Amino acid sequence: MRIVTVYPDLLGTYGDAGNGIILERRMSRRGLDVEHVGVDSHGTLPRADLYVLGGGEDGPQGLAAERLGNDATFQLAVAEGALVFAVCAGYQILTRSFVVMDGTSRPGLGLIPAETIRSEAARAVGELVVSVEGIAGIEGVVLSGFENHGSRTQLDANVTALGKVMAGIGNGTEGCEGAVYERCIGTYLHGPALARNPELADWLLVQAGAGSLAPLDDSRSLDLREERITWALSGKANGREGSAHSR
Amino acid sequence: MNIRQRIASTAVTVVNRASRMAGRGSGTVVGGKVGLAIDATLLSGLSERRSTVLVSGTNGKTTTTALLAAALGTAGPVASNDTGSNMPAGHVAALAARRDAALAALEVDEAYLGQSVESTEPVGIILLNLSRDQLDRLNEVRKLAERWKIALADVSSVIVANAEDPLVVYAARGCANTVFVEAGLVWNQDAVGCPNCGGHIVFADTWSCDRCDLEQPPARWRRVGSQIMAGGEIRGDLRLAIPGSFNLDNALLVVAMAEMIGLDLEAVLEALARVGTVAGRFERCQIAGTDAELMLAKNPAGWAALLDLVAEDSNPVVIGINARIADGADPSWLWDVDFSQLANRRVIATGDRWRDLSVRLDYADVEHGCEPNVERAIESAGLQGQFVSAMGNYTAFGDMRKLIK
Ligand SMILES: [Zn+2]
Repeated sequence: MRIVTVYPDLLGTYGDAGNGIILERRMSRRGLDVEHVGVDSHGTLPRADLYVLGGGEDGPQGLAAERLGNDATFQLAVAEGALVFAVCAGYQILTRSFVVMDGTSRPGLGLIPAETIRSEAARAVGELVVSVEGIAGIEGVVLSGFENHGSRTQLDANVTALGKVMAGIGNGTEGCEGAVYERCIGTYLHGPALARNPELADWLLVQAGAGSLAPLDDSRSLDLREERITWALSGKANGREGSAHSR
Repeated sequence: MNIRQRIASTAVTVVNRASRMAGRGSGTVVGGKVGLAIDATLLSGLSERRSTVLVSGTNGKTTTTALLAAALGTAGPVASNDTGSNMPAGHVAALAARRDAALAALEVDEAYLGQSVESTEPVGIILLNLSRDQLDRLNEVRKLAERWKIALADVSSVIVANAEDPLVVYAARGCANTVFVEAGLVWNQDAVGCPNCGGHIVFADTWSCDRCDLEQPPARWRRVGSQIMAGGEIRGDLRLAIPGSFNLDNALLVVAMAEMIGLDLEAVLEALARVGTVAGRFERCQIAGTDAELMLAKNPAGWAALLDLVAEDSNPVVIGINARIADGADPSWLWDVDFSQLANRRVIATGDRWRDLSVRLDYADVEHGCEPNVERAIESAGLQGQFVSAMGNYTAFGDMRKLIK
């Protein structure tokens, strides 16, 4: 399996480069064949089974969308069934349009039928807890991560959300978080997402063609997730740390 | 100063003295806040007839300010916010406490540079670097670079700027009196998107944008090891008591500033050599009967520098990670740090967020122990009588300092 972290130079804030590291380690620890490369935006993306996109600032996000939109290899690989896992700015790029710093809308790749829109509400900053609904293989898993975004994402009716928000903002529409559409998975979970949610990591690997996966000792990750969820759902998190600094 | 500023200034010292006597810490910020409440222009008043040099950037502010204060000290008494209170209230307190000092060395929070420049009308400004730090709370780095550029556009101050950081160069290149120094960049992951045009910054021997004219400017000052070069000439030797090549870079910036404002270089070099532990950084101490050296890193760039430094020995390492308000609530930057170089040595994870660190270390194949209690973590790391390198992010480092016996 080849995993490509897309443009870590542009889409690498909030530690999201960790998702690629985690996917690679979970394959190699099982003795499964895996190749993981990060390709900067001045390089050429190779064919891959799984593309991983992370968060980024407005300027780099616009540049990443432009380069991906013009990358024939990426477009073809996705058309032929490569899996795409995208976080935050990367997720927004996959929708039809997203909003940059000056409030203007930019075209996205349109791989997920959804709009990312400007929000007058405070920036969403804090722990995000999501209960997965309607996704076979990870149904009912409670995911945890840290969100940090200003826009909101409105899914079209034919798109399944990743889950329901138990704490935090997520998409900011209809109490939902993330999106699963055809071969694309988008989410606002940072942390990075897969550090706390090994079931999601393995589900992605299975979707990307890893076959059946032997269990790993995930106690560290699961203990961390339990701690963060308990914290997020307790009274302590009601102030939404960081939310006073909205921008 | 006008009458109102005089009253406000007196209030700062009175409140701070009362605060110290009541045992509420050094009281620098509380006094400064009271003073600013009485007169919002107090900082301007206190800066009048004073030669002030500001230091700002993501990493190295506190140490560079200490080096700068030592350099300025060769010319007379210096006021400096050496407690690390680097916003206006801290500046006011530092200046009010040293009304006698004609010189000032002020550390400035990156987000307050514009305001501080306006109030203090500095003779000089040292710009170190800009990288991600507490992204959940502070502005994104490119926005900071833009704000710096606007703040510096019309100043006549001498600006000593790091030529190796594209974000710093973007902010400083248009200014009238900018002197560039090759002052290193250990971590360039935040500098790849061009702040000028959104193009791609390509790093080779020097860096340049692949779309616009932003490129690494020729530097007047650089160093070869500890040897200082200016305009191709050898100008002296940096002998520092504090470790790390990043501190040689910080000292080089101070040397460049010292010369630009007319200080005697030889006296400055002697003064720099005498600077020891700065606010507890690299302090050698005893904690729970264990000999330890305390180290602070607040962000990926800082951690990269520290991990390079400890790679020179094989001492056990304690890493403390918190995510309190002063640290930023999101420790996911841990994944931007290459901890794999710690494999094959004794490592203990501690601090409030030891679980986050433990997951990170595990995926980096670094075997480690976990001990949430910082004191016990340091004790257990040094059980075989070894010297322990104890590293923490901001409040974890603070917790370690409180344990010094
Ligand atoms: Zn450019």
